[in-house]
Amino acid sequence: MINIIWVALFCIGIVYASFSGTMGQVNNAIFKSATDAVTLCIGLASILIFWLGLMKIAEKSGLLEKLSFIFKPVVRRIFPEVPPDHPAMGYILSNIIANLFGLGNAATPMGIKAMQELKKLNGGLNKPSRSMITLLALNTSGLTLVPATVIAIRMQYRSSSPADIVGPTLMATLCTTLSALIIDRIFYYLRKRKEKK
Amino acid sequence: MAFMTALSLWLIPILIAVILLYGTFRKTATYETFVEGGKDGFSLAVSIMPFLVGMLTAIGVFRASGAMDALIRAIEPFLSAVGMPAEVVPLALMRPISGTGALGLMAELIKIHGPDSFIGRLASVMQGSTDTTFYVVTVYFGAVGIHRIGDALKVGLLADAVGVICSVVIVTLIFGA
Repeated sequence: MINIIWVALFCIGIVYASFSGTMGQVNNAIFKSATDAVTLCIGLASILIFWLGLMKIAEKSGLLEKLSFIFKPVVRRIFPEVPPDHPAMGYILSNIIANLFGLGNAATPMGIKAMQELKKLNGGLNKPSRSMITLLALNTSGLTLVPATVIAIRMQYRSSSPADIVGPTLMATLCTTLSALIIDRIFYYLRKRKEKK
Repeated sequence: MAFMTALSLWLIPILIAVILLYGTFRKTATYETFVEGGKDGFSLAVSIMPFLVGMLTAIGVFRASGAMDALIRAIEPFLSAVGMPAEVVPLALMRPISGTGALGLMAELIKIHGPDSFIGRLASVMQGSTDTTFYVVTVYFGAVGIHRIGDALKVGLLADAVGVICSVVIVTLIFGA
């Protein structure tokens, strides 16, 4: 899908330019955008190095583990079908905490481990269980405390206060996550009703 | 609203202090660990470079040709009726499909409208408040060999739509249109 969108952006742009006489601007844009992208990435490095460095401390010192212990009662309610002492629960918690701290690279392997355990719980079937869909819904809604990349880009473009979107983003991501969980429950009850019939 | 501003201002410094103090308390080699983790940050920045070059060039061509403006003009009448700025619609559509594509669109919006403009802030919140649904579904279900996606994609995309509406409402409430 992304391949088609990418090619379409170029081709529609070039065709449109041939009709509207903006081919000069298009030529400039090609080289200017590529340069911009590289400058942007170098600027991003500063925040990403700082943030991931800090998060490594949180991980190594056991702070993330400690947090997952605190979150356990809440997560048990979200995943009622997973036994509380099953390894799946541990992986789900690690996945949520890693996401919360913006550790995408650590969250994905944990999420995949959790999925493997959930599949075992589901008898190894190749259709998703209720808990698997819930875990996916949690991950697609992107619950994060500090959107480091976004702040870095805002800094690059000289925002007078790059972090002023942290509060609103947190509020928006909470809304998205809550609605993902509610929508997930609704779909679950719809499926159950269908099965009864 | 004052609470939101305070939260934005305090969250990061407090998080840093808590992590550093906890690390010291648990006798972690804080500085060495920081440097070790920082290397991952650098390779992450380098690894997204080709994605951003590809996306920003495509978006740059699309915008420079005038096609982006034409698209925005075409959809504007429908969206302004409900209070949704047409400029962020491409971002809203790209967000569930490609994370780096959306990052490129967001950077472009911030560059053109300014990071402290309404559009710039809205783009920032939209980018930060959700994850790439298609990617997450593909990776997580793909890794355990689940081919029947079930309701997962529907749940994710519906939540994304709610997220866009939430972002518009929250940014309007806090920063004003």
